[in-house]
Amino acid sequence: MWMYVKAFLVGGALCMIGEALLLRTQLTSSRILVGYVTAGVLLGALGVYAPIVEFAGAGATVPLTGFGYSLAKGAIEAVHEQGWLGAFTGGTASCAGGIAAAILFGYLASVIFTPRTKK
Amino acid sequence: MKQSRSVQEYLQLVERLAPKSDMGKGLVRAFWVGGLICVLGQAITDLAMALGMDRQSAGTVCSIALVFASALATGLGVYDQLGKYAGAGSIVPITGFANSVVAPAMEFKREGYVMGVGAKMFSLAGPVLVYGIGSSVIVGLIYFFLGR
Repeated sequence: MWMYVKAFLVGGALCMIGEALLLRTQLTSSRILVGYVTAGVLLGALGVYAPIVEFAGAGATVPLTGFGYSLAKGAIEAVHEQGWLGAFTGGTASCAGGIAAAILFGYLASVIFTPRTKK
Repeated sequence: MKQSRSVQEYLQLVERLAPKSDMGKGLVRAFWVGGLICVLGQAITDLAMALGMDRQSAGTVCSIALVFASALATGLGVYDQLGKYAGAGSIVPITGFANSVVAPAMEFKREGYVMGVGAKMFSLAGPVLVYGIGSSVIVGLIYFFLGR
C-alpha cells in the first residue's frame, strides 16, 4: 500500500512540475514532452533516475521521464552485452512495446472513431 | 498617440476577458490526476508481476495497457475532457504520449489512411522519439567508448 502512496506522490510531483512549466513559461506541451524524455535519458545515464524508480515504481516510470530512463537503461545494458551495436538497438528495444502499442491502438482508434466536431 | 492608447485599451480588454489562470488550482489538478494515473500503472505492474512476470515484462505490460486505455479514452473524446481539467497531469504520463499519437491519427483520417493517418500519427509524438531514441544512442556510444 505504501508503494501506491509513493507512486502517487512522485508521479504527481512530476506532473505538477510540467504544469508549472506550462503556466509559467512559453513552452508548448510538445516541447515539454521532448524535454521530459531527454531529461529522463540524461538522468538515467547519470544513474540519478534509477534510485527514483526504485523508490516510486510506476510513479517514476509512467511519466515521460521514465520513458527516457528506460531508453538509456536499455542502451547501456545492450552495450554491455553486444558492444557498440547495443547502443543502436538497446534503447528502442526497451520501449518497443509501448511504441508498437501506440501505433496499433492509434491506428485502430482512427479507423473506429471519428473526432467530434468542436462545439 | 491615439494608436498607443488603443493598444493599451486592447491590453486592458485582454486582461479583463482572459480566463484567470489560477496557478495553484492548476498545479493541484495536475498533481492528483497525474499521480492517480501513476497509481493505476503501479496496480497494473503489480498485477502482471503477481501473474508471474519479471519486472521488465511487467513494466512493458503496464505501458501497453495504459496506451490502450488512453487510445480508447481519446477515441471516445474523454481524454480531451481530462486534458482540459488536468493540463500537464494528462500530458506528462505515458497516456499523454499515447494521446498525442491517437488524436492526430483520428483528426487526419479525412486525408486518407496513408498520408493522413499514417503520416500525421507521429506529428506530435515524433519529436519525442527523435530526441529520446537519438539521445539514448549517444548515451550508449559514450558508454561504449568510456570503456563500459
